[in-house]
Amino acid sequence: MVGITSYGAYIPLYRLPRSEIAKTWGVAAQGAGERAVANFDEDSLTMAVAASMDCLKGRDRGKVDGLFLATTTAPYVEKQVSTIGATALDLGRSIRTADFTNSLRAATASLLSAIDAVKAGSLKNVLVAAADSRQAQTQGGMEQTFGDGAAALLIGDSDVAATIEASYSLSDEFTDVWRAYGDNFVRAWEERFTIDEGYNRVLPEAVSGLLKKCGLSPQEINKAVFYGSNERRHKGMGKLLGFKPEQIQDGLFAGVGDTGAALPLMMLVGALETSKAGDKILVASYGNGCDVLLLSVTDRINQLRNRQGIKGHLASKKPLASYQKYLTWRGLVPVAPASRPDRDATSITAVWRERAQNIALYSSKCKSCGAQQYPIQRVCVKCHVKDNYELVRLVDQKVKIFTFTQDNLAASVDPPAVVAVVEFEGGGRGYFDMTDRDPQEVKVGMPVEFTFRKLYFDRGVHNYYWKVMPPR
Amino acid sequence: MAGSIKDRVAIIGMGCTKFGERWDASCNDMIIEAAYEAYEDAGIDPKDIEAGWVGTLGGTTGMTISKPLKLQYIPITRCENGCATGSDAFRNAAYAVAAGIYDIVLVVGYEKLKDSGFSGLAIPTSGSGGGLNDFAGGVQATTTAPGMFATMATKYFERYGLSPEEGKRMIGMVSVKSHANGALNPKCHFQNEVTIEQVMKAPIISWPLGLFDCCGVSDGAAAAILVRADRAKEFRKDPIYVKALQISTGGENRFRDDYDYTHVEEIYRSGIAAYKEAGVTNPREEIGMAEVHDCFSITEAIFMEDLQFSPRGRVREDIENGFFTLEGGLPVQPDGGLKCFGHPIGASGVRMLYEMYKQLQGKAGQRQIKNPKLGLTSNLGGEPPGCCVSTIIVGH
Repeated sequence: MVGITSYGAYIPLYRLPRSEIAKTWGVAAQGAGERAVANFDEDSLTMAVAASMDCLKGRDRGKVDGLFLATTTAPYVEKQVSTIGATALDLGRSIRTADFTNSLRAATASLLSAIDAVKAGSLKNVLVAAADSRQAQTQGGMEQTFGDGAAALLIGDSDVAATIEASYSLSDEFTDVWRAYGDNFVRAWEERFTIDEGYNRVLPEAVSGLLKKCGLSPQEINKAVFYGSNERRHKGMGKLLGFKPEQIQDGLFAGVGDTGAALPLMMLVGALETSKAGDKILVASYGNGCDVLLLSVTDRINQLRNRQGIKGHLASKKPLASYQKYLTWRGLVPVAPASRPDRDATSITAVWRERAQNIALYSSKCKSCGAQQYPIQRVCVKCHVKDNYELVRLVDQKVKIFTFTQDNLAASVDPPAVVAVVEFEGGGRGYFDMTDRDPQEVKVGMPVEFTFRKLYFDRGVHNYYWKVMPPR
Repeated sequence: MAGSIKDRVAIIGMGCTKFGERWDASCNDMIIEAAYEAYEDAGIDPKDIEAGWVGTLGGTTGMTISKPLKLQYIPITRCENGCATGSDAFRNAAYAVAAGIYDIVLVVGYEKLKDSGFSGLAIPTSGSGGGLNDFAGGVQATTTAPGMFATMATKYFERYGLSPEEGKRMIGMVSVKSHANGALNPKCHFQNEVTIEQVMKAPIISWPLGLFDCCGVSDGAAAAILVRADRAKEFRKDPIYVKALQISTGGENRFRDDYDYTHVEEIYRSGIAAYKEAGVTNPREEIGMAEVHDCFSITEAIFMEDLQFSPRGRVREDIENGFFTLEGGLPVQPDGGLKCFGHPIGASGVRMLYEMYKQLQGKAGQRQIKNPKLGLTSNLGGEPPGCCVSTIIVGH
């Protein structure tokens, strides 16, 4: 049977209370709770990589032969981003990569494609990663209800923790939320129309379609996972669908917000975390139609309990110091430039040449004396033998801080720039920016972990690299 | 090693501009100012110059000095070696003289940093890496000069059990001493005294380094005229002789996990080589004064240990006891150092020699050290670990 063989999720560390946004603008709060805010160095790609790392914990990444990345907020409009993700995740080159985008249904579309590919036997293990970080105009309701996050599922046909029993899709030509070419912010049509004639009409139609196809009644579903753009709409849909509150999976409104295309998969991960063998899970996305899936949980689910997932990431959080931080992190206000020289243009040639070292984060390990060194050295730093090394990935190793500084001079979106010399478990040292950190908590000897982040966007090029962060 | 430079080359003239924010002076203005002071000091005519070396990071080719100085049809080489640029230009010029190829040569070091529009150091970096830049394509962690040296201070404090307050006081006293000396020097960029309280309360640039732990970013130029030692007395009665010229360039420390971040191996090695060349066996006793590369206060503290002026891990005692003040046992940065004189990169190595030269001739005015015998200068180019360090010794 084809199904989910592993799962993972990612929620950014920082959370901003909706009341704080409402207070800033003197507008009504869109419900209680807080929204997750991606750090300035995060985007949909980096969050998808983080969720994928959670999902691949304890898995042989060499067996993954597909990466489907779903988002409506890809860093590039033209250029595949799943290839960057596959390189960062060290999945090798003999895999199928594809980006699914342009709809809030992108994640379920990629999930269904992965399922079909495995069913057809053309792929064995497909990693499906969904992430979104949608931008809303300031003061508007969506600024409060949106949130950032990601989820990842591994689809295969052996050791399946949740089998895919059935699916049902509806295509519905409808424009409720959209962005045209060049739009930075989500546009929305009048909600009274889009709810009545869209969400409240189409999602129930599709869910009924699936239940009918499977000969099931709503009461037979253990966990109902369905998209909702906010708490009120989600609650109303639960009633429309005939589910009791205890059947309805938490929509993450209290602690994360509407994570767009990623939300159905994040909710599904949340459901899997608390499900037991035999549970039937219904998953419905919504966006220009609807995809509905029926899953059946197996006893393999108990082997996936060590994921950080939704539960772990929800608990691991820090309050965002102020609404102004959110504005600067999202680039919504002009900020005085640091008094530093302009950077050189990124050399795409050089980035390509050093991709193993910089994107996959490989070090060289001398085969003569065993010394590990980063960046990759052709002449060994210790025994000086030439060109006799193997590549070793540093992301898998334990790392701790050897020394550090808090740099106020450096140009940083979130000063001070905390920069650390770190020691790798396998030997050698490296020099890395530290992110998701409280500068006051940084200490010599502190353990840290690698996280894939964006260094900067300059002249049309997103420059990604690894940073270190305190373990979450 | 086959040869030694000791007593084969002499300095017969030197010049140095005022360092600082020379808003009204161009590179050419400063090169002319320094070179003509050196010509006059040596009592030579520009036409006597047989070859030239220019040290600069910003300028390209030997034409940067041939054009303003109208040095016609002689060989001029541009030399670059990070912050050791000026010292290395001097070293190459001295070797050409020692080789017997030229009798009289000119060395000019200069930099024009203050046209950048920034308070801090602005050195253009190469996107394709190599050498200093280990990473390519702009992919590397945030790097600033104070940030790199601050990691050494953090580690020094941790290794030797200094509280942040104790550590900041130790390095702060380095700057208090340099400001006291700079206040006596009319060519200095900064000519003010500061108190330890001011230093410790100053805004943090890169923790634990505050504003007064960082050297001046300045414009300036310095020049030297070198001749064969056996002809030196034809020009003046008090020439100064080169005793040692060394550079140690590292390639390893950055990547090693046994590097301690509390010393700089290249300083230690260049010091040992220079002491051997000059015949110095007890540096703390025999070196009469020094100008070292105090780009940051922690750097000077580490230089004191690596040059064997202070025992390893115990420089704090010497700093806090005033051993390196003008009145102390081994005056360091008598002209104010990079801290106060300023640091126009290509000029600094030559500027350090200017102070040693004037002190050895007894012409250092209020800063005059009593009867110095040997003067040492040392520059650190690049960022430890893995850098290049020059050490030069001059004397009578």
